[in-house]
Amino acid sequence: MREMDSYIARSLWQDRMFACLGVLCTVFGLAALCALLVKLALDGASRIDWQFFFSYPSRHASRAGILSAWVGTLVVMSVTFCTAIPLGIAAGIYLEEYARKNWLTHIIEVNIANLAGVPSIIFGLMALGLLVYLLHLGQSVLAAGLTLGFLVLPIVIVATREALRAIPTEIREASYALGASKWQTVWHHLLPYASGGIATGVIIAMSRAIGETAPLITIGALTFIAFLPPSPVSPSPPFLSLDWLHSAFTVLPIQMFNWVSRPQQEFHLNAAATGLVLIVFTLSLNALAIIIRYRMRRRIKW
Amino acid sequence: MADKLSRATLVKPSSRMAAKAHLEPVENLFMNPEAAPAGHVCKASVRNLNFFYGNNQVLKSVSLDFYQNRVTALIGPSGCGKTTLLRCFNRMHDLYPHTRYEGEIILYPDGINIIHPDTNPLEMRLRIGMVFQKPNPFPKSIFENVAFGLRLRGVRGSLLQDKVEAALNAAALWEETKDRLRESAYKLSGGQQQRLCIARALAADPEILLFDEPTSALDPVATARIEELIISLKSRVTIIIVTHNMQQAGRLSDFTGFLYLGELIEFDRTATMFTTPAHPMTQDYLTGRFG
Ligand SMILES: Nc1ncnc2c1ncn2[C@@H]1O[C@H](COP(=O)(O)OP(=O)(O)O)[C@@H](O)[C@H]1O
Ligand SMILES: [Mg+2]
Repeated sequence: MREMDSYIARSLWQDRMFACLGVLCTVFGLAALCALLVKLALDGASRIDWQFFFSYPSRHASRAGILSAWVGTLVVMSVTFCTAIPLGIAAGIYLEEYARKNWLTHIIEVNIANLAGVPSIIFGLMALGLLVYLLHLGQSVLAAGLTLGFLVLPIVIVATREALRAIPTEIREASYALGASKWQTVWHHLLPYASGGIATGVIIAMSRAIGETAPLITIGALTFIAFLPPSPVSPSPPFLSLDWLHSAFTVLPIQMFNWVSRPQQEFHLNAAATGLVLIVFTLSLNALAIIIRYRMRRRIKW
Repeated sequence: MADKLSRATLVKPSSRMAAKAHLEPVENLFMNPEAAPAGHVCKASVRNLNFFYGNNQVLKSVSLDFYQNRVTALIGPSGCGKTTLLRCFNRMHDLYPHTRYEGEIILYPDGINIIHPDTNPLEMRLRIGMVFQKPNPFPKSIFENVAFGLRLRGVRGSLLQDKVEAALNAAALWEETKDRLRESAYKLSGGQQQRLCIARALAADPEILLFDEPTSALDPVATARIEELIISLKSRVTIIIVTHNMQQAGRLSDFTGFLYLGELIEFDRTATMFTTPAHPMTQDYLTGRFG
């Protein structure tokens, strides 16, 4: 009996020890993150005002702003969005619903998962060779958007496949049993039911792309841009123009990098403010992803 | 009409049966491909059907007929191939790799071989409906669940509305759902969901309706409603139902096929098989000695 008691006491003690250790580790991680955010906020908040959002970068730190950077981020992201989403979703559907399960598709699957882990600068090198030198796209919005599109493509593919795989076989069979073709099943059932999971994956992909710096520097993005890309719409015919795709650009993280690398303290404040904007962007995207996932879970329970 | 057939003409004398090898299927008039019994029209004939999952042969030279506007039950112990046989009719196996059919399933009146490689599975699925073991409504509205099969066939507008209503009526679900057609099908109870699945399959007016243990996931009250419904559907569709519940087979079906290890052991009128099974295996199964 006594032996048993001491045995139980020891187990309880071990439990408590681990609980304490776990709390410590968690708190340490969170504290580091919080400290970082607080520092950024303290440094940057004072610089955030209308002037900061609507000014071009300047030699004078107090007159400099991030207009060209956030507009650049928006246009580059729109190119990324337009490439990664159709390609990623189509590839995901193909691999999950159409492809025969053989060694070839197996190899492709494994490599897509690997691709998601390739360092982003490698994508930059690939893009430099392919997009900039071979296709002569230059250091343009288009080249940057495509680079980031390729970078996050695996995320979209994997998210699409997982969302499709979560749909029970019975639902597919129900559709096929009514005489639906594969495409009708995908279009009327699988895609709508997977849309929550796909949307979450897409948003996570975008929030990854938004902060990427290395591949864009690799393809030669400029760090000082004091103009905006030409407008996609114009008052005179043909009204729409794609010239903005070929414009030079900068993006928020590159602008931040540029300011951080200056010696003057005032520019560091600008960098902190830019970082704050970037983090707010990213966190809002992630929050959106969580909301979508939560609402889909509530709507569709398998 | 069916009753005119006396039992004696259908089943060979059991004295001859007893001498038969243990697993040898029982020959009787219904297993004779040449003619349907008086008053019966053959809707589908399975002939020497073999089915393989990879190298695993799951159906072994199965031959039997299904009669129009009759309920035929397929019974047998778990794993004997009932579901596999049922899913041959709408070519569900084509959805998965490494499956192979041999033999024929002739669909009448046009005499098309359902499992012939040149026969389009989509056509078969448009003509033969299926209700699954677990209710599997789409995560859409009640209306859209029933409408899907109709939309696939190009039905639009007010005709679509009418046909959805008719199908829900036929599935004895209209009264419960007419005020909530736009609500999600997931808000229905299990039994209602299964009736919705029946309505969904009925909407497109199938020639044959396949049921794979449709009540195994339901409580007794819901089961009774589905059984009633199946009996009421006989007049409009030929029904094949897989069940592991022998009482259910007895209550619902006109004919019963007993499968064991992928072979059809016996096929007969349900009333006959349940009172005087011709094969000792059938007797053992019906009396609960195995299964
Ligand atoms: N998808 C499959 N792949 C391989 N074997 C299967 C598959 N489905 C069923 N089987 C096998 O086929 C046999 C018959 O299964 P099934 O038709 O589901 O039996 P029942 O419906 O009579 O219980 C079983 O032995 C089962 O293991
Ligand atoms: Mg089964």
